[in-house]
Amino acid sequence: MIPATVVFVYLAAVLAIGILARTTALRSGSDRAAEDFFLAGRSLGPAVFLLSLFGANMTAFSILGASGHAFANGIVTYGLMASSSALIIPLSLFAIGTRLWALGKRHGFMTPVQMFRDRWQCGHIGTVIFVVQAVLLVPYIVIAVMGGGTTLAAVSGGRVPFWIGGGVVSLVVMGYVFFGGMRGTAWVNAFQTVLFLSFGTIAVAVIAAGMGGFTRAMESMLASPSTAPLLTRERVSPAYFFSYTFIPLSSIAFPHIGIFCLTARRLEHFRRTIVLYPVCMIAIWLPSVFLGVAANRATELPAIASKIEARATLAASGPALDDAARGRLRAQASGDDVVLKLVEGYAPVWLASLLGAAVMAAVMASDSQILALSTMFTEDVFTFYRGTSRFGQAVQVQTGRAFVVLLTLIAYGIALKVPQSIFDLATQYAFAGYAALSPLLVAALFWRRSTKWGALAVTIWTAAAVAAVAVLQTIVPAPPPGAIVTLVSLGGTDLIARAAQGALVLGMLPVVPMTLVSALLMIVVSRLTADAVPPPATLSRYFSS
Amino acid sequence: MYVLHQDFWFWREARPLVFGFLPIGLFYHASYTIATAVMLWWLVRRHWPAHLAE
Repeated sequence: MIPATVVFVYLAAVLAIGILARTTALRSGSDRAAEDFFLAGRSLGPAVFLLSLFGANMTAFSILGASGHAFANGIVTYGLMASSSALIIPLSLFAIGTRLWALGKRHGFMTPVQMFRDRWQCGHIGTVIFVVQAVLLVPYIVIAVMGGGTTLAAVSGGRVPFWIGGGVVSLVVMGYVFFGGMRGTAWVNAFQTVLFLSFGTIAVAVIAAGMGGFTRAMESMLASPSTAPLLTRERVSPAYFFSYTFIPLSSIAFPHIGIFCLTARRLEHFRRTIVLYPVCMIAIWLPSVFLGVAANRATELPAIASKIEARATLAASGPALDDAARGRLRAQASGDDVVLKLVEGYAPVWLASLLGAAVMAAVMASDSQILALSTMFTEDVFTFYRGTSRFGQAVQVQTGRAFVVLLTLIAYGIALKVPQSIFDLATQYAFAGYAALSPLLVAALFWRRSTKWGALAVTIWTAAAVAAVAVLQTIVPAPPPGAIVTLVSLGGTDLIARAAQGALVLGMLPVVPMTLVSALLMIVVSRLTADAVPPPATLSRYFSS
Repeated sequence: MYVLHQDFWFWREARPLVFGFLPIGLFYHASYTIATAVMLWWLVRRHWPAHLAE
């Protein structure tokens, strides 16, 4: 019960941080209530800006999913997800984030859609972009509620049931977002990032000692034909590896990251964030991936041994099994909790307790998404359709708070009713969807001749492509690991296929054609609708000459 | 830097184990991450869009 107690203490601490943020906001006596609540008054300092922006990008997926992926797929996980993000996310902050910040400061934008509406002189097309962005963001919030329920149930040994755990996490996140707004969210994110960073180092040292040193573990893995490939990338094709470099394009297109870019007090605060972002990536991802790989040698731990056994059964006799049996084996082999199991097996209770809190921090990273959706609703819908001019800023903030409560309750309700696997898939679609929306930002900020019709084409294409991938993956069940079901081929080349990890287009993730077609649509449709290019007065706000 | 991410040269190699435990492919990408930080440091130093703050 000690781990559960530590987790509850942690939850109380983050709630207190949210309330403290509200006290600070009230003391500042800002007369711009909406900007203060939704953007922390555009006043975040360099350290909180770096840690909170990084924390907002780190979801449960980064900590637990990375280890789980590495447990099954080996060291390739780091190259697929970490080193490409370490290059592309800071570059997008440099090129796009700084410009969003400047435009927000100059023209008072609080969401990306506000900027799109002004840039392309469009109203309802902005509403379409809002709807697509919102639909792609909701699964994250549901996943966080589920993660909270599962983690609390696990660390309490089942004494706290899933529905109570999910409810408690929902209440805490809702509480500090409701009271603290962006300031509370940023402070909690910064606190969580520090917790991740500290935990990673301690966990690696303790687990290394418990396993008798990593050298022995690696040599032993290399000696076994079943585990040696996990230390190379031979099971992944170079085309598939390359296609993953498109995924980090989604980061800057996520509304919560775009909105975070507006919170820095000064442009200079981006400098340290851009340079240190890769350092934070390596500090969190290298231990997560390495521990996930090394877990394959922790066969003396029964929980891990049963995962390895399930994986072996799946590989050996997967095609002969029915879907239900395959699904059960897949769930048993899932490595999302391998780091938890390693710490349980090798670390003392106090460290396992801290781990519970760190995992809690990871699964609760939905706060910035909840706040972003609330900001988007109040700014892109409530204010746009004259709510603020009619009722004032105080009512706007209260509407934002009511939206936070409503959204959390809906997410909680869905989390109790729908299986998690559906939302795991949905978050995969979201990454591809937001990457495919990234040409909107590039065109708005760097191409004068882009038009609102190009933006509409990109948005509709993204929604249609995400829906098509979702339908395809639902209709065609996942084959066993390693097998590929060809759906469309031409001249012996697989055009569209289904693998265990999802749909493939020319052996690559669907995000590649989705993003390239988006960019092409922006160019072609804007060229065809050249008369819709905004007037010079508008363009002068975005381009210097 | 984008091209260097596609390191086909260590695709099927696990050895040498750097520091006795890091497979060479993982060590390469960890080093790549550090090199990225250095490149970004140079970028913000030399090409910082200071005009945006005006």
